[in-house]
Amino acid sequence: MATTATNGNALKIQQFSSSEEFSHNFLKAKPGIWNWMTTVDHKKIGLMYLASVVFFFFVGGMLAITLRLELLSPAQNFMDADTYNRIFTLHGAVMVFLFIIPSIPAALGNFLLPMMIGAKDVAFPRLNLASFYIYSIGALFTLISTGLNPIDTGWTFYTPYSTSTGTAVIWMTLGVFVMGFSSILTGLNFIVTLHKLRAPGLSWGKLPLFCWSIYATSIIQVLATPVLAITLLLLIMERALGIGIFDPAMGGDPVLYQHFFWFYSHPAVYIMIVPAFGIISELIATFSKKTIFGYWPIALSSLAIAFIGSLVWGHHMFVAGQSELAVVVFSFLTFFVGIPTGIKILNWVATMYRGSILLASPMLYALYFLFLFTIGGVTGIMLGAIGVNVHLHDTYYVVAHFHYVMMGGTVFAFLGGLHFWWPKITGKMYNEFWAKVAGVILFFGFNLTFLPQFIMGSQGMPRRYYSYIEQFQSMHVYSTYGSWVLLLGFLIIGAYLLHSMFRGEKATSNPWNARSLDWMTSSPPDEHNFPYSPVVIHGPYDYHKPESEFLLGIAGSDHHEEITVGTETKVKQ
Amino acid sequence: MDYIARLLLPPQESTFAHEVDALFHFINFTSLILLVGITFAIIYFAIKYRRRSDEDTTPLITHNNTLEVTWTVIPLILILIVFAWGFSSYNTLRAVPDDAYEVYVRAYSFNWEFTYPNGVRSTNDLYVPANRPVKLVMRSSDVIHSFFVPDFRIKQDVIPNRYTQQWFQTKGPGSHVIFCTEYCGVGHSDMMGMVYALEEEEFNAWLEEEASKDIESMPLVEVGELVWRSEGCMGCHSVDGASGIGPTFQGLWMRERNFTDGTSAVADEDYIRESILQPRARVNVGYQNIMPTYSGILSDRQIEGIIEYIKELSE
Ligand code: HEC
Ligand SMILES: [Cu+2]
Repeated sequence: MATTATNGNALKIQQFSSSEEFSHNFLKAKPGIWNWMTTVDHKKIGLMYLASVVFFFFVGGMLAITLRLELLSPAQNFMDADTYNRIFTLHGAVMVFLFIIPSIPAALGNFLLPMMIGAKDVAFPRLNLASFYIYSIGALFTLISTGLNPIDTGWTFYTPYSTSTGTAVIWMTLGVFVMGFSSILTGLNFIVTLHKLRAPGLSWGKLPLFCWSIYATSIIQVLATPVLAITLLLLIMERALGIGIFDPAMGGDPVLYQHFFWFYSHPAVYIMIVPAFGIISELIATFSKKTIFGYWPIALSSLAIAFIGSLVWGHHMFVAGQSELAVVVFSFLTFFVGIPTGIKILNWVATMYRGSILLASPMLYALYFLFLFTIGGVTGIMLGAIGVNVHLHDTYYVVAHFHYVMMGGTVFAFLGGLHFWWPKITGKMYNEFWAKVAGVILFFGFNLTFLPQFIMGSQGMPRRYYSYIEQFQSMHVYSTYGSWVLLLGFLIIGAYLLHSMFRGEKATSNPWNARSLDWMTSSPPDEHNFPYSPVVIHGPYDYHKPESEFLLGIAGSDHHEEITVGTETKVKQ
Repeated sequence: MDYIARLLLPPQESTFAHEVDALFHFINFTSLILLVGITFAIIYFAIKYRRRSDEDTTPLITHNNTLEVTWTVIPLILILIVFAWGFSSYNTLRAVPDDAYEVYVRAYSFNWEFTYPNGVRSTNDLYVPANRPVKLVMRSSDVIHSFFVPDFRIKQDVIPNRYTQQWFQTKGPGSHVIFCTEYCGVGHSDMMGMVYALEEEEFNAWLEEEASKDIESMPLVEVGELVWRSEGCMGCHSVDGASGIGPTFQGLWMRERNFTDGTSAVADEDYIRESILQPRARVNVGYQNIMPTYSGILSDRQIEGIIEYIKELSE
């Protein structure tokens, strides 16, 4: 037992042991559907999000499989243009709004953020539950839209097509509008949580990088999402009330819509990828058993990306008819996103240098990520170069590029994170052999699906075509075969994770010997996260310090007692 | 190298295609070096520093300012090069020569209509003089479309409330496919056309022949076929019985039509005329309400030509 001086007050610190068996496992506490639905426990809310995003990923994925099947041969196969258009729109909308935006922040973020900072919950637990219900209501609206008359505008809802089509655009945009609020509130909640609820001693410089990335993401969510809301509202007003804003037939300007839309949706790309960066930082440090290289460059580059990323929306519109000066300025700024992104990649690789590298499945996902995301990044540079962009814009090259970023990047990181924290979340281990097999299959299938899309894209194959000229067939065939391999990989993952849930071996509290606070409690965690009030003296990647020094808490405390220690309190050794 | 260029890019058929391609290859090449470097480092580290025992300890290396600066500055230089290069090729794409031959382009779902200086019009087939700068002045009459010719490396959105422009100069006679690359609805994938670059004399001869086609003295059936071919009907209506975006013209004459509002009618002269001038008034069951109106575009004689043509197709 040690005594520490804190601003003149004495704080007694005690060491706890990680092998303690706690009786208050959150999964067992307060069972029953009703208790789950009304829970304010961030872990349970995180799990409800997790179940939703996994479900929507499955839906979006099956839609993609159907699209790829239609594209197996040049002429119409088994669906007409109209059906194809609706399906590709739904695929995009489901994947973007229902899966990827909430995937890491709302599902894993909710579960982990409070644990990583040693808090009992997020700052506003009820608001957190409200966010989930708002998300559900938004999802319901999109479902209604799909039931009524599935939309065919593309997930971008470009005017004037979206104002003139006969499909249920209003319900869909209303759904996205509502989900935006969920995103804003979650972001707000996380920002306040990070500012106010850090455990004693957990200075900003000791924050796990996952928290930094969620912090940057939250800022974008809070600042950019309202613009999407405004845009969609204007679109709804135009369709419902005939107020001319975007439709030239009513005196509006369609390019204005594109500015509004991308003003949100470009930063949204970073809402989707920045949390993935956070996961990768955790994975690489943990499985290299080594202090992260360049903590501050990695942490701050997330913020830099959030900032620069807000200034480059015009690069989606190089050939849309905006002024040439705007084109040049947007191109110039776009390249600067590449710098912080490159810094991250190189710092991660440098972290592995002289580490003690364990190639467990989460680490393998992180390495796949590095490879795929680098391709996604450099092809982004290609698209930023205006002369080349004119040729590549709206071809399959762009489709391949963003799938390398969103799927090769975010989804692979998400999978890595899911495997990494699976023992913590469920208290069970999964089958490592099958996890490795599935990972290799996914990596192979992914490249088989999307590499050919780069080639046909630069050859000139336009996107959103349900039929195409014969010249492009061979590439389409590879791509469709690849989609089947991907499907196989995901089925295997589904199978062993389900198996693990029911039959899996029991997990220890810290199976990967990590150092951050989320591992300093039982698996699954206690109902209130920690049975003691954690105190932090080391950084989350201080692998040179013994693990026991990371299990510190305020002496004599247990979870029944409220401890009041100012969060600003510095704990000195 | 040549093989890779041919695998990745369409043939270079415009005067500036090589400039765009050079940058494309430069970025690919640089990226490849980067990717190989990173991949190699990862694999090397993963093998060399693999975990040997759970008791392994690792050195405390927190950061290295020299390294951070290096891998900020080198990419910075690279992106500035790429930006400047992209900018300069964009300038070429945008700087329309003064002596360019001008063609007006009207896009509508799902056709391209070209109007030449002497008043001749063609649909989906763009004829241009080879080896001479051609400027396209483009406008849409409904939603946004985008005019893309991969062989020329040109693309520009065509929007409803403003003219947009682009230009190209071919390296010789030839034919090149045009795609619509802004999603515009059911016919988007079929909104294709061809550019035919002809030698100067050949092109002038074509222009004259088209200009001299006098629909006033042509038999009505031929007028009808001409309209079908050149006004875009062809893109949606077949004449061989195949169903497309719209119903086929074959066997249409005097057939009973059923509409989405539950009514029905017989395809006579009045009905066909109405279908062309107010296509949205009654919509056939099984089809979408997307046929553009031709009111103000087709003359009475042209409409009568269509009627006669449809009659003939049903005999
Ligand atoms: C964008 C595609 C498109 C173009 C271009 C188009 N149509 Fe149509 N047309 C349709 C569709 C779809 C229908 C069926 C729906 C309806 O009744 O409005 C239709 C219906 C018709 C009908 C009624 C046919 C029937 O079976 O009852 C006639 C006649 C017709 N079009 C003539 C023309 C002529 C003449 C042109 C060219 C000058 C033309 N269309 C150009 C899409 C098109
Ligand atoms: Cu189009």
